[in-house]
Amino acid sequence: MSDYDPASLPDLLPLYYRRLFPFSQYYRWLNYGGVTKSYFQNREFSFTLKDDVYVRYQSFSTQSELEKEIQKMNPYKIDIGAVYSHRPNQHNTVKSGSFQALEKELVFDIDMTDYDDVRSCCSAADICSKCWTLMTIAIRILDRALREDFGFRHLLWVYSGRRGVHCWVCDASARKLPVAARSAVCEYLSLVKGGEDTVKKVQLTDPIHPFIKESLAVVEHYFSRYALGEQDILGSKESAGRVLALLQDDILLNQCDLEQNQWKELLLYFQSESNAGKRWERLKALVNQKRSKRGSHAEKEIMLQYCYPRLDVNVSKGVNHLLKSPFSVHPKTGRISVPIDLRELDRFDPFDVPTISCICEELDRPLRPEEELQEPRDGEREVGEKRRIRDYKRTSLAKYIRAFDLFLDGMERSRKGELLRKSDLQNDF
Amino acid sequence: MIGVFYLTSFTRALQGTTCWRDCHSEENNSRSRFLQQATMQFSRRKKVISSSLTEYGHSLQLYSQPPIENISLSEFETFAVERLKLLKTVDNLGVSYVKGSEDYKRKLSTEISNLNFPFRSEAGMVATELEKRRKDHISHFILRLAYCQTEDLRRWFIQQEMDLFRHRFTDLPSKFKTEFLHRNDLHYDTASTEEKEALMEKLVSSTFMVSGTTVLEQDFYKVPFQDALDLVKMRKIFLRAGFAYIPHQDIVTIVLNDFRTQLSKALALTARSLPTVQSDERLQPLLSHLSHAYVGQDYSIQKNVGKISLEQIDQLSVKSFPLCMRELQRSLREQHHLRHGGRMQYGLFLKGVGLTLDQALQFWRAEFIKGKVDSDKFDKAYAYSIRHMFGKEGKRTDYTPYSCMKIILSNPPSQGDFHGCPFRHSDPELLKQRLQTYKLSQAGISQVMELVKGMHYQLACQKYFELTHNIEDSGFTLNHPNQYFAESQRLLTGVGEMRKEADAPRGGQAVPAPTAPDALQDQPANPGPAFTEITKDLDSFFQDY
Repeated sequence: MSDYDPASLPDLLPLYYRRLFPFSQYYRWLNYGGVTKSYFQNREFSFTLKDDVYVRYQSFSTQSELEKEIQKMNPYKIDIGAVYSHRPNQHNTVKSGSFQALEKELVFDIDMTDYDDVRSCCSAADICSKCWTLMTIAIRILDRALREDFGFRHLLWVYSGRRGVHCWVCDASARKLPVAARSAVCEYLSLVKGGEDTVKKVQLTDPIHPFIKESLAVVEHYFSRYALGEQDILGSKESAGRVLALLQDDILLNQCDLEQNQWKELLLYFQSESNAGKRWERLKALVNQKRSKRGSHAEKEIMLQYCYPRLDVNVSKGVNHLLKSPFSVHPKTGRISVPIDLRELDRFDPFDVPTISCICEELDRPLRPEEELQEPRDGEREVGEKRRIRDYKRTSLAKYIRAFDLFLDGMERSRKGELLRKSDLQNDF
Repeated sequence: MIGVFYLTSFTRALQGTTCWRDCHSEENNSRSRFLQQATMQFSRRKKVISSSLTEYGHSLQLYSQPPIENISLSEFETFAVERLKLLKTVDNLGVSYVKGSEDYKRKLSTEISNLNFPFRSEAGMVATELEKRRKDHISHFILRLAYCQTEDLRRWFIQQEMDLFRHRFTDLPSKFKTEFLHRNDLHYDTASTEEKEALMEKLVSSTFMVSGTTVLEQDFYKVPFQDALDLVKMRKIFLRAGFAYIPHQDIVTIVLNDFRTQLSKALALTARSLPTVQSDERLQPLLSHLSHAYVGQDYSIQKNVGKISLEQIDQLSVKSFPLCMRELQRSLREQHHLRHGGRMQYGLFLKGVGLTLDQALQFWRAEFIKGKVDSDKFDKAYAYSIRHMFGKEGKRTDYTPYSCMKIILSNPPSQGDFHGCPFRHSDPELLKQRLQTYKLSQAGISQVMELVKGMHYQLACQKYFELTHNIEDSGFTLNHPNQYFAESQRLLTGVGEMRKEADAPRGGQAVPAPTAPDALQDQPANPGPAFTEITKDLDSFFQDY
């Protein structure tokens, strides 16, 4: 794979938007089968251009208009906003107050920086394959809850291109949710609460809600390999100290001598025992034995604090909040923001995601003989769309576009099902 | 001052009609009904005039029918003021106590009976009870007129009315609840016995206060989760495939949802027919006064602009900033950065303190460029949002500093954030340590911690004020960080100007202390001289709700 150099972006973007960006699928997605005539037309797009110039309230009447504009502007980054009451590019011409955000996908943004207090491998914008497990856990937990608890069916999970993932819930009912409902969904899904001034960020109460039980099952699946093994949270004195600090309310408060001794014993044991799993078992045993109150779930709370997804609630709440578009390029890493196929989730590796320089290079590679055959004969000039499909199929972008296609097919099917159901209902009369 | 008038225009406006009928004044207090030919505000059905017996057949109502009788101006005013007192009590209690807690319920119930609103009456049909129900009905509709004009006013009104309704409904005996549902035509889908049996374990572990037997005994209503958001967000119910399973005991949530939907629609409609009312010179000042009443200063009007220099900030933050702002200043100095929530909370506070836009830009830039942000990046990424705060960008709203309530209730801090209310959002242990480093006495700290434990965050902050200023009783009710600053400056420097500014808008009507709603009783029902107060722009008043 070729290294990406941010300075090459202005040269690569025109090629990417001309030959690779999947406009047809993109339009098929945002048009939603033409639910309402103006659904696509009233959608806000915003572009980040060279030197962080930010252009909001772009909108387009057709796919080809979108295509032409993107190819003309060659944005470094594309964001998608809400569907408004009027065309966003004319927002200045309507009476103020009447221009309003009406609908948008319910979106979630999970960013690795929010986990800085519980990962030891990297910090801030850096990620590695160790901490990526946090994103896998987040996707598993949220995907299940959004489908089974909230009944949503059309979830598009997207790698952000750098250090996180986005989820676009595209069901018609989700797109119509008002702000209050969006924030209620977020609160239902949030277990880790508190800022820099809160040590213990997860508090469970009895009985444990089925949603939390389901989420715990996911965390348990990854916990020993990820937290005990890869992050080795009981490995050093400092990191073990941070874990034990979470037990304060449960054990430390009734500090009699006996417990003090057991506490020291535990620390000694940690030093002598090299097996992380055994250290954890010992900790659990002590917690179980010394539970200060009935219904204390100290060890579960630790697991959740270290692994449970942390949502950026403000992104999800606002109907008019912008979120980076799938298939947009991340200007810093050059990676394409690609859909994640959940069937392959455990094998998804953010470092495998192609960069713009990589796919543009693949495009320049000479054709293999079997591809040569499909090459049109002279004189038969292909038109844009067909040629683009042939182009991206030659690059490592292909499998991600296939995942996107599958997602779109799913939506199409349920739209048709809905139409059938409606017409059946009418035929009853 | 006010004679007895029959307010026809009031009733007319509520019915959504625009015709005008001259009002006549009479000396006695008898009421005459006038026949209503106009369409109803909500249902647009013709209403058959019924006796007050059926009209007020239940102590609680959804206020779906506007009052159709004539009413005297003095009664109009009394009703309105008393309901406003009640709603203000609801508001204050909600901040000082956990909603639904024993203390909350007790204090609210006392206030309801003191102000003669209907409550928990089983006897029902005696004349005084009917009188209370009538007052409940009419006063609600008067406040609709006063509180329908802006988004912020509507939000405040709906919130208080909902809290009040929830309290009154929850307190009803079970059979009256059922009767209420029946009377108001409210029907909801229930889960079948088989379904309940299949989901037994999940229902028990997700639903507050139910056991295996009670699951089978009581009805579970299946409603789209959007209709029970309060229960969804607290995870107090079982949720499957988009449906929330609401036990009968929590039916108040769904009823409340209907109430909210209906009320917010009604307010939007009322706003449209408002010009009719406003053309009545007797009502207009009353209504605009009502919507201003009891609302604290919002600290958006700046008279101090340019009075402090940037060099003073560190020193002031120790002496005169409330703990939340002191912490933000400290974090900013340490991190050379604040995330969005912190920039908003602190930036607007500083604006309220008197920083000019230029000062603010200079202040933030100086600190940020000490960290990872260079001057160029600051201009691109942060300067915009600071100009935005001062209303120089975007939709050009001149944002007002956040009130305590806003800080406590909305946008809680998450990883990497330093904003919020330290009394609300910090771990008690950390808070204690912090107070120790700030050299508060041990006894003082325990007093603060006691208030924190009781969830009296604003009182805890006020205690912090008293401790740091060495006074016994601060003599004000704290509800705004900028108020804290102004009061502190007044104490420390004795500057009269600051005092005037802080006190003037509240003049005349003392803000009722949240802990002592009884004190309200001592205030005259008649707003008196404040009646002629000049109307200010309503928008600016409720922004902090």
